[in-house]
Amino acid sequence: MLVGLDLGGTHIDGAVIDDGAVLKTIKREVDPDDLFSTIWTTLSDLLMPFDTKDIDRITLSTTISTNAIVEQKIDPVGLIVACGPGITHDFSAISPTVFHISGSIDHRGIITDPIDQEQIESVSKKIVNEGLDHCAVVTKFSTRNVEMETRMADYLEGKVSHVTMGHRMSGRLNFPRRVNTTYLNEAVYSVFNNFADKSSAAMSKMRLDVPLNILKADGGMMDLPTAQEHPVETILSGPAASLSGILSLSKIREDAILLDIGGTTTDIFFLADGVPLFAPDGAVISDYRTLVRAVYSVSIGLGGDSRVKLVDDKVHIGPEREGKPYAYGGPAVTATDAMIVLGLVENTDDRHLSRAGAAVSSVGWPSDASVEQTAASILTQMARTIKETTDRLLRNINERPVYTIKELLHEKKLDPRSIHIIGGPAKALAPYLEEVYSLECHVPPFFDIGNAVGAALSNVTKELTLTANCAVGILSVPEIGLTEGITEEFSLAQAKARLFELFNEIYHIKEQDCEIVEESCYTMVRGFSSAGKNIRLKAQVKPRMIHVMKEI
Amino acid sequence: MESDKKLALVFFPAFDWAISPTHPEREERLLYTQDQLIEEGIGDIENITMLRSDIAQSKDVEKVHFCVPDVESRVTESHLIAAGSAIRCADAVMKGGFDSAFALIRPPGHHAHTVVYGDRGFCIINNEAIMIEHMRKENPDLKVAIVDTDCHHGDGTSDIYWNDSNTLFISLHQDGRTLYPGTGSVDEIGGPSGCGYTINIPLPPGTSDEGYLYVIRHAVLPILDEFKPDIVINSAGQDNHYSDPLTNMNVSAQGYAQLNHLLHPDIAVLEGGYSIEGALPYVNLGILLAMADLDFSGVKEPDYCRERLQQSRQIDEYIRMLTSRVMENWKNRKTIREQLYENKSIVTSTKRIYYDTDNITERQNRKYILCDRCGGLEIIESDSDTHHSILAVTIGRGSCERCVNKGYSLYKNASGRYTGVYLHDKVNDSYLSKKM
Ligand SMILES: [Zn+2]
Ligand SMILES: [Zn+2]
Repeated sequence: MLVGLDLGGTHIDGAVIDDGAVLKTIKREVDPDDLFSTIWTTLSDLLMPFDTKDIDRITLSTTISTNAIVEQKIDPVGLIVACGPGITHDFSAISPTVFHISGSIDHRGIITDPIDQEQIESVSKKIVNEGLDHCAVVTKFSTRNVEMETRMADYLEGKVSHVTMGHRMSGRLNFPRRVNTTYLNEAVYSVFNNFADKSSAAMSKMRLDVPLNILKADGGMMDLPTAQEHPVETILSGPAASLSGILSLSKIREDAILLDIGGTTTDIFFLADGVPLFAPDGAVISDYRTLVRAVYSVSIGLGGDSRVKLVDDKVHIGPEREGKPYAYGGPAVTATDAMIVLGLVENTDDRHLSRAGAAVSSVGWPSDASVEQTAASILTQMARTIKETTDRLLRNINERPVYTIKELLHEKKLDPRSIHIIGGPAKALAPYLEEVYSLECHVPPFFDIGNAVGAALSNVTKELTLTANCAVGILSVPEIGLTEGITEEFSLAQAKARLFELFNEIYHIKEQDCEIVEESCYTMVRGFSSAGKNIRLKAQVKPRMIHVMKEI
Repeated sequence: MESDKKLALVFFPAFDWAISPTHPEREERLLYTQDQLIEEGIGDIENITMLRSDIAQSKDVEKVHFCVPDVESRVTESHLIAAGSAIRCADAVMKGGFDSAFALIRPPGHHAHTVVYGDRGFCIINNEAIMIEHMRKENPDLKVAIVDTDCHHGDGTSDIYWNDSNTLFISLHQDGRTLYPGTGSVDEIGGPSGCGYTINIPLPPGTSDEGYLYVIRHAVLPILDEFKPDIVINSAGQDNHYSDPLTNMNVSAQGYAQLNHLLHPDIAVLEGGYSIEGALPYVNLGILLAMADLDFSGVKEPDYCRERLQQSRQIDEYIRMLTSRVMENWKNRKTIREQLYENKSIVTSTKRIYYDTDNITERQNRKYILCDRCGGLEIIESDSDTHHSILAVTIGRGSCERCVNKGYSLYKNASGRYTGVYLHDKVNDSYLSKKM
């Protein structure tokens, strides 16, 4: 049995799945003052009828880190950076306690200016004196050579309670993003680890001896110990859960638009040949651009509870939400009121209907329209607003720069053939979207708890990045803190073998379960003769087929 | 960091194209530049936008070149994409709302002449010229200044705009007596209609940042002030760098950034530059920041050493002299034109053009038929050891009816000794060719 829990902003959803069938679901309101008890009471209610011995694993999508960042309830971090030559980044907007140190690494991974021991000591002293307990250490090009960050972190060990090194966050280049990511990882380190410790305790109290996994922003999961070292990767797992939810509930092979329509927002995702698009550089949270691998998702202020108003004879929906729909006692007319008028909402009585009718009539548009016509126009407009956004996003996606002749001439453009929606208003809005887009619009079963199903069915995702510069004899795999020497003859085949070997050694993942996803190999030249290869590889755990639900 | 100057960046490294595996113009040429730009987070800077490359069409090429026998058989996809990327930059500036644009592209183009038999100096078609003629489709009277700071003389661009007073071409390069292609002396100042609007500034080997910046301040900027171009283009070759393997100059990344900061080009187009690990990552970053009006003071090569790059007193002195000669030519351009071309009806010249990359030699006779009412006609007769022999007639923009008719009759009545005859009528934007 697989158990999934999705802790959202207003609701927590849970699902128990076995052999492709949903056995039980649960939906509760969130107590914003006590997320921990929200999770554990919901979980114990969800698991009530089952024997805990039958549970294989529990996967949790949590807003713990996200909320801490958004609400700025994070720890002060001593941010130590070595910018080296190039752009002199400031970073004082990120952390008031930034320490710039000398020392630099170039793009080849060569240390062109070694770190100064005296400076290490003086910075450490300042950090201790200022009472900082958390440190983030980042140097430009640390993914090409981990040595400087490692030295600084080693020196700080024992002097502060925890240090995050930039190269462990991601194998990708982008120094400012690496700084943000490393900073955030350390800033939420305590918040997340407190939560993790309490969770472990709660599990043993419930005699739940099963692995607890945490959902990541890329839709995959990680085990709790990994999450405790990489808490920043738990941000924005909510949208990732909805995406995995739709994927697990539908069989999609083509280019598609995925929508999760909620009360206040609509999250938009895209699939290319059934595979989700990822954010090109990484997740963005509260103005922090990070390197956290994340599904591409765009959230717009448009949902069932969005306010409807008339501006210059044109109906606008959202982005503001003023409360509940008018039918349920709210202050203003909303999209949900239009749905109630058209009989698209279950469990409504005459009183709801008459309030919704009054609200929708008050819009008075189009002139001399019946209340039903107005309601239909509102929903058509809502569908149009979504389409305008996806059209714009698609234009941007299809206009993204490419760097080879082959890609420029032959790469196919993203051209969605179907739409898939989950979320409360999904069913009501589907026919309007179908009309506006002229595309088939699917509402999968369990459309209102898709997130929990997505969490339950997620799989491990892991990446390793290898750069080998044979001309200068440096190989690095930053995610595991490896920089080692190689000879000029080191080959692409050897590089691949080394990467698979590392997957096995560090993560105990076999070669047949991994795949190379990015590969390039250039011949470096000195004078007019070859001086070895420049190899870049990225390997990942093969994405397993997401279970498609057997029955509806 | 950000400024309100909107810069478009079209980056096309062509990672799947090379002249040959160990040729300087090979796949990895911009790999380390890409590493540096990504690591610096260029994509996240608010006032810099990365745009997708585009591919130019044959008709874009035909606005500039006579490709022999035709565009399709001479020009590869990679060249069309480099030119298309330059066009993308032009559109970004002319109608895309950007203040400036940088085409960080390969292969380069500034050695490509009007007539094209093959590859010379790693170039087949002229990216800047194709871009300029694209802009002139909608703005026929556009006054353009090209400042070519590649270490090699921009002989192709010079050839294309030799007779055009509406396109000012200034080339700063290592003296042709010491470097390929050998041309570009101070005395090469343009054809009868463009006399004075080709300006060559051949600098001595060993010239460093000071020398270049001196020339920019004391020659290039005053000339631009007077010419008042609508658009300034920088052919941003980076082989003046002190670490470049093919040349002998001493310019640093700071020098390039300061040069761009002074020049303020609307569009910069990458040309040469083959110190791909030690120079390009820093030079390109410097240019990019300067164009985006951002702080570039921290951009520095790891092995930079100011003392080692200092130019000699002798060079200082030589450059001062050279600059005043250039300024004298510029000030006296009308008089010089009168002395050279007054009362002439035909001006002829011959040249031999060597295509080093493809090992082809071309012999060319060029004839300007002058007209007292317009810029007249340009007639090229050319043959090469690829067994082609062509006649190419260009009717200039603003030509009078008599000249237009004469151009067409030359095209129609061409004798059978040519393998191909070409006509480019810029008045009616028409390109004709026939195989004989
Ligand atoms: Zn050059
Ligand atoms: Zn005439």
